Amino acid sequence: MAAINRDDVAHLARLAHIEMSAQELDRMAGELAVIVDSVKSVSQAAGDDVPATSHPIPLNNVFREDVVGHTFTAEQALSGAPDSDENRFKVPAILDEA
Amino acid sequence: MTDNNELIRLSAARLAEKLAAGEVTSVEVTQAYLDRIAAVDGGERGVNAFLHVNAEEALAVAAEVDAIRAAGGAEAESLHVLAGVPIAVKDLIVTVGQPTTAGSKILEGWHSPYDATVVERLRAAKMPILGKTNLDEFAMGSSTEHSAYGPTRNPWDLDRIPGGSGGGSAAAVAAFEAPLALGTDTGGSIRQPGAVTGTVGVKPTYGSVSRYGAIAMASSLDQIGPVSRTVLDSALLHDVIGGHDPRDSTSLPDPLADLVAAAKTGNVEGMRIGIIKELHGEGYQAGVENRFNDALELLKEAGAEIVEVSCPNFQYALGAYYLIMPSEASSNLAKFDGVRYGLRVLPEDGPMTIERVMGATRAAGFGDEVKRRIILGTYALSAGYYDAYYGSAQKVRTLVQRDFDAAFTVADVLISPTAPTTAFRLGEKLDDPLAMYLNDVATIPANLAGVPGLSLPGGLADEDGLPVGIQLLAPAREDARLYRVGAVLESLLEAKWGGPLLAQAPELGELVEAKEAK
Repeated sequence: MAAINRDDVAHLARLAHIEMSAQELDRMAGELAVIVDSVKSVSQAAGDDVPATSHPIPLNNVFREDVVGHTFTAEQALSGAPDSDENRFKVPAILDEA
Repeated sequence: MTDNNELIRLSAARLAEKLAAGEVTSVEVTQAYLDRIAAVDGGERGVNAFLHVNAEEALAVAAEVDAIRAAGGAEAESLHVLAGVPIAVKDLIVTVGQPTTAGSKILEGWHSPYDATVVERLRAAKMPILGKTNLDEFAMGSSTEHSAYGPTRNPWDLDRIPGGSGGGSAAAVAAFEAPLALGTDTGGSIRQPGAVTGTVGVKPTYGSVSRYGAIAMASSLDQIGPVSRTVLDSALLHDVIGGHDPRDSTSLPDPLADLVAAAKTGNVEGMRIGIIKELHGEGYQAGVENRFNDALELLKEAGAEIVEVSCPNFQYALGAYYLIMPSEASSNLAKFDGVRYGLRVLPEDGPMTIERVMGATRAAGFGDEVKRRIILGTYALSAGYYDAYYGSAQKVRTLVQRDFDAAFTVADVLISPTAPTTAFRLGEKLDDPLAMYLNDVATIPANLAGVPGLSLPGGLADEDGLPVGIQLLAPAREDARLYRVGAVLESLLEAKWGGPLLAQAPELGELVEAKEAK
């Protein structure tokens, strides 16, 4: 497996929506390289015949009755919002047009 | 009336008896704990276990319980056994009427519009909630140093870590600031703090306690559980919070076993207790190993059969955990983006788009450890790496489960030290994330496999006089076995020590003053 470098971290930070300074990118790349190196043995541990486990105790098809349960009022739902307007969350421009 | 200093040292079970007998009121008990919090928790030199103290509501609930008891009749009869016994709640669990921060700046000042299921159950049992306890940000850490609100200090030595992520809950219980607390355990966050603070902590079977209202870190690993000073107290609390919840789709439909009875009728005669070859010896501090061997000796004397088991795939467990946990966390934490709740930070210059607002908000709101794990998880899930990392880690999960299955064919319960070392010093591992991760090596396998685990005090390490934890592990849905064996081991150890381990802890008042004088 390829080692993780500074450009990778910059790309990942963009994907994860976390702004990072040049200094932060350098530090993070160094730390992550060590961590990734320490976990790489995992890829050799299991053969192709071993199935993956996504949940420790499998439960399938967990359904409930199709009835309306508790719902929050718009006021409750917006109570922690940084900004709202007319019962909606308010955000800056979504496209690069502002 | 009992002296307050005595009162706060009683177990929850004993407090419950005294409340039921009318020897003390819940208001007296709750006030005694609030006074203790005021005396030892605050300021530069305090334990800093609490992020929020909920005095008014706690006293109101206490007064309500007292009034019901005083009136007598059917309502008094139907009170829960823990009614009026106060509790602290890890600040990862949402509560109406109190802020929930998850130890992060990104949620500073946020109030949840709903209660977690476990909190609803505490309220139904009429347990006064003393407040919210400190944690590593979003439960990411093993030392509580990664809280945005400053570290919690270990009551045994204020210069040392109380473990993590639930260091606040464990320290609060160890410092007699609460008789009980709730924690969450994703890779050891209940058990490892229990080990290093000389308290009891239980990670129940995955799905047996509702996760609804626990802010998710890694959904397939997270589990809420009890924190206490005695094994019986954990069983009593486990009984309050456990059982099916339709609001959590991973909640097990099984009825809860009688855990309290298991703790009360502990007996290990003829039980097969398995030492996991891979979870002791090399890499474990000598004092930890010594206390572990003492525990084995006591169990043998009590009639248990000690067997050795091998779990060869546990060597990959830490690596698999540090791929699965960040992967799930990177997805779970995507919702903290400055849109619906919490912090919003605007970029200092350039175009004001939502993308840039998210980037600036998450840069300012998240601490380093959270950023590290989000980036690592994003990496492990990205195209081209998914199979090699996340896919392989999920296969290791199967191998770890198979190791447990095989071990439980020859042993009823497994035993190991809870953590490889006693509490390390504040700051010691801050610049070396990998060294901190290694502290979870013995607790992680249980989360990967979903099996329950309990940590109880095993004594003090010879070289540093700090608490050592003993971990018990049982098959999924067999949590009762942990209480059965845990209660026996606890009573044998306490007979040897002449009382609870916490009676040997330094007087906090003196420690706090000595620190101030430095």
